[in-house]
Amino acid sequence: MSEAFTTSTARNIFYGGTMFFLLVFLALTYQTEQVIPKRDKREMLADPMVVAGKKLWETNNCIGCHTLLGEGAYFAPELGNVVKRLGSKEAVMAFIQSRPTEGIPGRRSMPNFNFNEQQLKEIAAFLHYVSEIDTAKWPPNIQG
Amino acid sequence: MQYKSQAVAMPYFIAAIALFVAQILFGLIMGLQYVMGDFLFPTIPFNVARMVHTNALIVWLLMGFMGAAYYLIPEEAETELFSPKLAIALFWIFLVAAGLTVVGYLMVPYATLAKMTGNDLLPTMGREFLEQPLITKLGIVVVALAFLFNISMTVLKGRKTSIATVLLIGLWGLAIFFLFSFYNPHNVVRDKFYWWWVVHLWVEGVWELILGAILAFVLIKVTGVDREVIEKWLYVIVTLTLISGILGTGHHYYWIGTPESWQLIGSIFSALEPIPFFGMTLFAFNMVNRRRREHPNKAATLWALGTGVMAFLGAGVWGFLHTLSPVNYYTHGTQITAAHGHMAFYGAYVMAVLTIISYAMPIIRGRAANSNKAQVVEMWAFWLMTISITFITLFLTGAGILQVWLQRVSDSPMPFMVAQDQIALFYWMREWAGVFFLIGLITYIWSFFIPGEEKAKA
Repeated sequence: MSEAFTTSTARNIFYGGTMFFLLVFLALTYQTEQVIPKRDKREMLADPMVVAGKKLWETNNCIGCHTLLGEGAYFAPELGNVVKRLGSKEAVMAFIQSRPTEGIPGRRSMPNFNFNEQQLKEIAAFLHYVSEIDTAKWPPNIQG
Repeated sequence: MQYKSQAVAMPYFIAAIALFVAQILFGLIMGLQYVMGDFLFPTIPFNVARMVHTNALIVWLLMGFMGAAYYLIPEEAETELFSPKLAIALFWIFLVAAGLTVVGYLMVPYATLAKMTGNDLLPTMGREFLEQPLITKLGIVVVALAFLFNISMTVLKGRKTSIATVLLIGLWGLAIFFLFSFYNPHNVVRDKFYWWWVVHLWVEGVWELILGAILAFVLIKVTGVDREVIEKWLYVIVTLTLISGILGTGHHYYWIGTPESWQLIGSIFSALEPIPFFGMTLFAFNMVNRRRREHPNKAATLWALGTGVMAFLGAGVWGFLHTLSPVNYYTHGTQITAAHGHMAFYGAYVMAVLTIISYAMPIIRGRAANSNKAQVVEMWAFWLMTISITFITLFLTGAGILQVWLQRVSDSPMPFMVAQDQIALFYWMREWAGVFFLIGLITYIWSFFIPGEEKAKA
C-alpha cells in the first residue's frame, strides 16, 4: 500500500466508517420499530395465554430441535406455520400430548413434556400467534 | 516469554481445548441422532446435546479469546498484566460456572433448570445459543467486565498499539452486545430482531476484530514484517468488516416479520461480507511471503495461513451462497445454514484460537517452538481437522440442496420428516467425517505431549 495511505488514515477511516454505519443501522432500527406494528400481530399479545405460551416454548427449549420462522435447530419441523399445517390449534395440542414417553424405536421422536390441559392451550395459542405474523410469504409452502 | 504474567494464558488455553473435546463428542452424539433417532433417547434428547455442543463452542472460544488477550496484551503494551491474580481467579470462576451449567443441562430437565435458577425473575432462557440460566448469564457479564478491566488497565499503563486497540474494541463490543441477551420481549418479532444483536453482531461483527487482532499479532511474530504494514492491513480489514457486517445484519431480517426493505439492504451489505475475509486470506499469504525471518514454529504459521483460507471459504463463500434474499427464501433454516455454520466457526474462530495457542504455548512452556516431531504431528492434526470439516460442510451442503428441493421447490413438496429420511445417506457421511475430525483432535492433543527439543530462547 502506498506511502500516502498511512496507518492513521486507515484508523480514521475505520472509526469514521464504523460510526457512520452504526448510525445508519440505528436509524433503520428506529424505522423498523415504526413499521412492524402493522406486521407483528402485537394485539394478540393482549391474550395472557399467548404470553404464557411463549414462556413454555422457551423453558422447554423447543428451539433446540425445531425452527421458528426458520431460526433454531434443523432437527425437527418448522413450527411458525404448524397451526396452519395441522389445521387447528386442537390438532397441535393432540400431537404434543400423544408423544410416547420412551420414544419410537429407530426414529426421531419428540419428548413427552407432560403438559396439562391449560399448558397445551397456552403453547397452541402461542404457535397460533406466530402463524399470524406477516413473514413476507415465507415459508415457500405449507411443509415449512 | 517477555513478561511473566503472560503465563496466565495457559490455563485458559488448556480449558479451551478440554471444552473443544466436549463440543466434538456431543456433536457426534447429535450427528448419530440424525440417523438413529432413538439414540440416547430420552436420557440425552437432541436439544440437550445441541445446547452442550453450541454452548461449549461459545465458552471455549471465549476462553481462547481471553487467553489470547492475556498473552498478547502485555507484549503489545510492553508491561506486566495489571493483575495476574485476578486473571487466575476469573479463570476458575468462569470454568466452574461453565461446568455447572453443562451439568445442569445434562442432569435436570430444562424446565426444572429454568425454575431452579430464577428464570421466572427475568425470563432469558430457551433462545438459541442464549440457553444459559440467568445466573450463568450474570456470571458471564461479571467475568467479562472484570476481564476487560484487567486488560484495559494494562493497556492504559503501557504502549497503545493498533493491535491492542482493535482487540479491545472487539472485546468491549463482545461484552456490550451480550447485554441484549437479557432483553426478551414477548413480541416474537422484536425478540428475534434484538436477539441478532448478540448473535450476528458478535460473529459477523466484533468477533472479527478479535480474530483480526490475533492474526495480526501472530503474523508480526512469525514473519518479522514491519508493524506499520501489518497494522495498516488490520485497519483496512476491520473497516471492511464493520461497514459490510453492521448493515449485513439485515440478512437475518428477511422472514421474521420485519419490513421487506431489509431484503434489499441485507442482500447488498451481506454480499460484501466476504470481502474482509478475502482480505484476511491476502493478508496472511502476503505477510508470510514477505517474511524477514524463518520462525522455527512452522505449525503456527500453518494455522495462521489456514485461518485466512478457511475463514474466507466458510464465512465468506458459504455465507454468500445463501445470503441473497431470493436464494435465502428457499434455503432459510435448512441444512445449508448448518453447513455454513460449521465451516465458518471452524475457519474463522476455531482456527484463530488454535493459531495463538500454537504460537504461544511453546513459548509459555519455555521454548521458541516445539520439536520438529511435535510440529509434524500438530500439522497432521491441522490437515485432519481441516479436511474433515470441509467434508462435513460438503455433505451438509448436499443434504441441504436435497432438502430444499424435496421440501420446498418440487411440485409435490414432502413433509419435513419424509424429506429427512431421503437425505439420511448424507447425514451418515457427515457423521463419518465427524469421526475423522475427532481423530484429528486427538492427534492435536497428542502433539502437546511430544517432548520439545529446540531450547532456543523465545
